[in-house]
Amino acid sequence: MIVLENVSKTFDGGARYSVQGVSLHVPRGKMLVLLGGSGCGKTTTLKMINRLIDPTSGRITVNGRDVRRTDPVELRRGIGYVFQGSGLFPHMSVAENIAVVPKLLRWPKERLRSRVEELLDLVNLPAEQYRERLPRQLSGGQQQRVGFARALAAGPDVMLLDEPFGALDPVTRDELRAEFLSLRRRLGLTTVMVTHDMIEALLSADLIAVMNAGHLCQLGTPRELMSHPADEFVAALMASPKQQTQQLEALAAAPLRGGDV
Amino acid sequence: MSEELYYLLLKLPDYLGGHILLSMAALGVGLMVSIPLGVLASRRPKLSEYVLGTAGILQTVPTLALLALMVPLLGGMIGFVPAFIALTLYSILPILANTITGIRGIDASLTEAARGLGMNDWQMLGRVQLPLAAPVILSGIRTATVLVVGTATLALPVGGLSLGNYIFSGLSMNNITSTIFGCIFTALLAILMDQLVHLLELAVQRRSGRLAWCAAVGFAVVLLVGSYSPIAQAFAAPPRVVASAPFTEQYILSEVMKDALESAGFRVDQRQGMGETIQFYALKRDKIDCCVNYTGNIWVTLMHKKDAADAKTTYEETVRFMKEKYGVECLGKLGFENAYILAMREDRAARLGINTIADLARHRRKFIIAGDEQFFDRPEWRWVAEKYQLSFNEIKQMDPGLIYGAIKDDHVQVICAYSSDGRIAANKLRVLRDPKKVLPPYDAILLLSRRGSENAPLKEALRALVGKVEPAIMQQANLRVDVDEQSPRVAARQIQAALLRR
Repeated sequence: MIVLENVSKTFDGGARYSVQGVSLHVPRGKMLVLLGGSGCGKTTTLKMINRLIDPTSGRITVNGRDVRRTDPVELRRGIGYVFQGSGLFPHMSVAENIAVVPKLLRWPKERLRSRVEELLDLVNLPAEQYRERLPRQLSGGQQQRVGFARALAAGPDVMLLDEPFGALDPVTRDELRAEFLSLRRRLGLTTVMVTHDMIEALLSADLIAVMNAGHLCQLGTPRELMSHPADEFVAALMASPKQQTQQLEALAAAPLRGGDV
Repeated sequence: MSEELYYLLLKLPDYLGGHILLSMAALGVGLMVSIPLGVLASRRPKLSEYVLGTAGILQTVPTLALLALMVPLLGGMIGFVPAFIALTLYSILPILANTITGIRGIDASLTEAARGLGMNDWQMLGRVQLPLAAPVILSGIRTATVLVVGTATLALPVGGLSLGNYIFSGLSMNNITSTIFGCIFTALLAILMDQLVHLLELAVQRRSGRLAWCAAVGFAVVLLVGSYSPIAQAFAAPPRVVASAPFTEQYILSEVMKDALESAGFRVDQRQGMGETIQFYALKRDKIDCCVNYTGNIWVTLMHKKDAADAKTTYEETVRFMKEKYGVECLGKLGFENAYILAMREDRAARLGINTIADLARHRRKFIIAGDEQFFDRPEWRWVAEKYQLSFNEIKQMDPGLIYGAIKDDHVQVICAYSSDGRIAANKLRVLRDPKKVLPPYDAILLLSRRGSENAPLKEALRALVGKVEPAIMQQANLRVDVDEQSPRVAARQIQAALLRR
């Protein structure tokens, strides 16, 4: 369970607020998507949850604990984090990357080994084949699979994802997203994900928080947002996938013209 | 030639060992200072400016000046310590700069990932920043390694032992074998150390523990080779230190003193090619036992006299001065003089009727005069030029080794030389007399520091040399080295033979 109460952040002493007065509630086991254009404050909001950024004001609790009163290092080890473009360490093998957090927690060697195998299995990368590879020897999709495995390594019940599928090609993205969603449900992870992709948000989220210019525009289920947009901005946002779908259908229905092929 | 090589090899354990220990100690401490400093500076941009600025300034101080400055700064300490500190300072910049660049160059998304996963600052440093910056840091270490191994040759003027002893004694005695010998070993050592660091680079690149071990073993072997001589010496009685300056006669006298002491049962540590100012410092601070200097030299450079006196007065006043101001005892005159003189080719001097410096000044024709690098900057030259109102067509400073060839081929007509130089007679040169007694006498004297003079057997052993080294003997010995390219050891044996004959 993640709760944000009236959280604000300014980087320049109050001249401009990147996040202003945001309150959110993510129930245990649910997935919230922070949705908005670039610079809307969604990534800042995400990073305040594990204290990569400290809020200027407001209160954040994770599983009932005020993050301000928790040691940031300890807090982060209990929260899985998946980075944009994987964030794998290039000098470590797949196995070493996955084992980073358990190693920080001083797990014994045997347990580390079996955990790495278990996790590689979970993200559908055969351990014998991939364990010793370096990140640069993997495709983008494989790298992000390892990124997921690394985030899950210490068995967190909270996951933060910063545009995790952003750098992938559409086919890989859909496949990986589907796998992640089923994994998430199976493990009952309380999840916050940042994206600017409308369709991704609608397909993934239990709850969507639409942000614009540091403010929270609307918080609701995908269905609520589609049927009752709170303002013009959300309405325009929700209309765009529908328009795209119509355009695609029109394209498919149009007769072939000579020279197109 | 083979005997020459034998004597060169004889000193290899000392010189190579000194070189290795000096370079490795400087690099080791340089690493221990510059990597933490670089890490700290990479986190604080303000600090990094100051730190890089300071290291940059240190790098621009000429190496020799930095080395020489260390001696007075350390209260007259000579040998390993001043050279070590100067070299350490030199090794810092390349490692420091590369540490800062390496850490700053790491993709910010990776350090954020490290923090996001729950690493604290130290864990991030050890597991992410240093490993990722390692290639850049190692290339800085390679630069520093080659720099330090090369620069360690300059430890000689402050009394440090290194392969530079071969190079500089070879240069000042026109002994090309010795110079090349030193250069080759320095180059080999530099290449070896460079390749060992390169091995570390490969180890990091290929993530190979085995390569890293190989490099570590390599360094350990080099260190062990370097330690052989000092360890062997650590179990013997502390040696007596014989200092000498960087010219032929002094190298020979160093061997003569060494033999005299060794035959009296002393262990001897020769510190050759030391700067004279540094020798005086070391004498005063009791860091050496004995050396040879010249009355006129002390008269001019230490006592700052404004004109010359006769030999007896000069000697007596010099001895008193050294005793009172330096606590240094003069054991006596060796028996020869090494004076600054002016000389011309005998045939020309005879034809023109020039016997004295005054004749030279009176002569209508203007000549070209040549001297070594320091003579024309010394007060003696000012005195001569003023008192005789000398004027020349041109004044040339050249390497002492080239002066005799220049006058032989008539590129210059007058030279400044040293009276004990065997090449004066060998080249049929006429020494111009000094009727106005402008130039002071330069009797060679044996000087003992307090600790040297407090040791009666040592004093006895050296006293055997007093009054025995006649001008002809010294000139002969110098000639053997300068012209016949024999080693100072061989020349020194001839002096001993002459001593025994009496």
